Amino acid sequence: MGTHNYNFNEQFEFTGKAKNLSIAAILIGIGSIAYGFSDHGLHERTFANLLLMAYYFACVCMSGAFFLAVQFVAQAGWSASILRVPQAMAKTLPIAVVILIVVISLGLYTHNLYHHWNAPGLTDPSSGNYDKLIDGKSAFLNVPFFLGRQVVFLSIYSFFAILLSKLSTNEDLEGGLNSYTKSFKYSCIFLVIYGFTTPIFAFDTVMSLEAHWFSTMFGWYNFAAMWVSSLATIAVIIILLRKAGYMQWVNNSHLHNLGQFIFGFSIFWTYVWFAQFMLIYYANMPEETVYFYKRFEFYKFWFFLNLVMNFLAPVLLLMDRDNKRQENIMLGVCIIVLCGHWVDYYQMIMPGTVESHNGFGIIEIGTAIGFVGLFTFTVLSALSKKPLIAKNHPFLQESLNHHL
Amino acid sequence: MSNIKYILGSFGDPDEMMHGIEKLQENNIKIHDVYTPMPIHGIEAKLGVKRSRLDILAFFCGITGTVSAFALIYLTSVVDWRHNIGGKPAFALPDFIPIMFEVTILFCAFGLVGSYYASTHLFPGRAPRVMDLRATDDRFIIAVDAQENGDHSKIDGLLKEAGAIEVKHNERKYISYE
Repeated sequence: MGTHNYNFNEQFEFTGKAKNLSIAAILIGIGSIAYGFSDHGLHERTFANLLLMAYYFACVCMSGAFFLAVQFVAQAGWSASILRVPQAMAKTLPIAVVILIVVISLGLYTHNLYHHWNAPGLTDPSSGNYDKLIDGKSAFLNVPFFLGRQVVFLSIYSFFAILLSKLSTNEDLEGGLNSYTKSFKYSCIFLVIYGFTTPIFAFDTVMSLEAHWFSTMFGWYNFAAMWVSSLATIAVIIILLRKAGYMQWVNNSHLHNLGQFIFGFSIFWTYVWFAQFMLIYYANMPEETVYFYKRFEFYKFWFFLNLVMNFLAPVLLLMDRDNKRQENIMLGVCIIVLCGHWVDYYQMIMPGTVESHNGFGIIEIGTAIGFVGLFTFTVLSALSKKPLIAKNHPFLQESLNHHL
Repeated sequence: MSNIKYILGSFGDPDEMMHGIEKLQENNIKIHDVYTPMPIHGIEAKLGVKRSRLDILAFFCGITGTVSAFALIYLTSVVDWRHNIGGKPAFALPDFIPIMFEVTILFCAFGLVGSYYASTHLFPGRAPRVMDLRATDDRFIIAVDAQENGDHSKIDGLLKEAGAIEVKHNERKYISYE
């Protein structure tokens, strides 16, 4: 057991380059969204991009809360000294939720999103637009129930995210085990709710863009995507903070653990992706294969790029033990995985909205940059409010002496 | 030359044992091996144990499995006896992947279990080789090769000084050939 002399009151200062760059990124985002809305023909594409990034933003933040809950329920010691980073992400969740709900509501209202099940006459037998399949699903897929589900699920996630963050603040002030035992209890409740509702959340937000098609694997496929992208985000934030001179207590064993997580869940993502693809490919039923037909016809490049970035890159680069322990390699892989999951969401969302009129230009890049800036700004602001270490966490010593 | 083969220092506490390792190393006495009932952090670095090559073995066992599975499926269902399954081509790679994946894991697991048995001389039906039976229970054992290190009383003294409960002079390397 070594002795450590770390400053437990160390606080992140959100100023200078990080702040200016994130504000610039937000402005670029606003500019490109405004450009998208200036041309009527680009509305749908802009909405699809907004949905993509708002969904990505919300998923990364809610998986931050999920990370906290998993650590509490597993009574994990190694992570005690890095919990402030996922806490900052969890604290940002309400902002992400508001943005996602606004995008979804405007998309529904303007018929730019979800028009496969939300268009005039789809459920009216006398109309020329009548669609029997959609009519059959309309008990579940109707605007009030749909929006209600979104609001209820996302509010529950936000509630627990804020609660876990609050309890950690109380722990800093009061000490003792009271906050820890409460965190454990609420984490258990949260995990059960989260596990059952995230698949439905993914069905609603993304799968219902192509309402005729369905896949029961889709929820877990999305869960794997959001979880691995959140882990990569946590690793990126920690590595960049270390490079800026903060969080010197994080050693390469912590990095190794995060690397194992990212490696493992990249494989899990591929496993779920392949399970969905394999069954549809093998059964070869027209109503199911239409999903992959579209992606193969119009999105072949993205389809394969998705697998290269989210499977081959992390597997080959993180297989080696030494690579997981090196900051720069981890940073590179995490950025590849984060871009990879943008590609993943891109080829989930685009074929159901803009069909074959997809593109990759100012709107895509600008919206992504804008949301990255917004994420950086909000998360770093939340991070700067509290010390970077939970000094009264009961497992703190274990985490500081973590050695693999 | 005495016929003592190994000197075993038996410790009741892992920290005292680590201290014993340091003492012996300070006096340039080569340690044959250390046996503990549980894993101890940092002991590999202290003893200078070389990094395990288990991962490399695992990789090659796994890749053998992948290649074997691919060869098996390819030779049976593409070369030797083509079937029409759902109108798909005979060489449909996605169908191969689950089997290749499973056989990779199977070969990897078998290879690692085999290498474990080989490296520990532990085979079903064979008495295990143990230098001190209590190393599997509650004692931490430092073994020193008595033939290589001449001054036995000095080794005894160092081990006792570090807190060894008992020091044994064994004439046989392993006690459980029976």
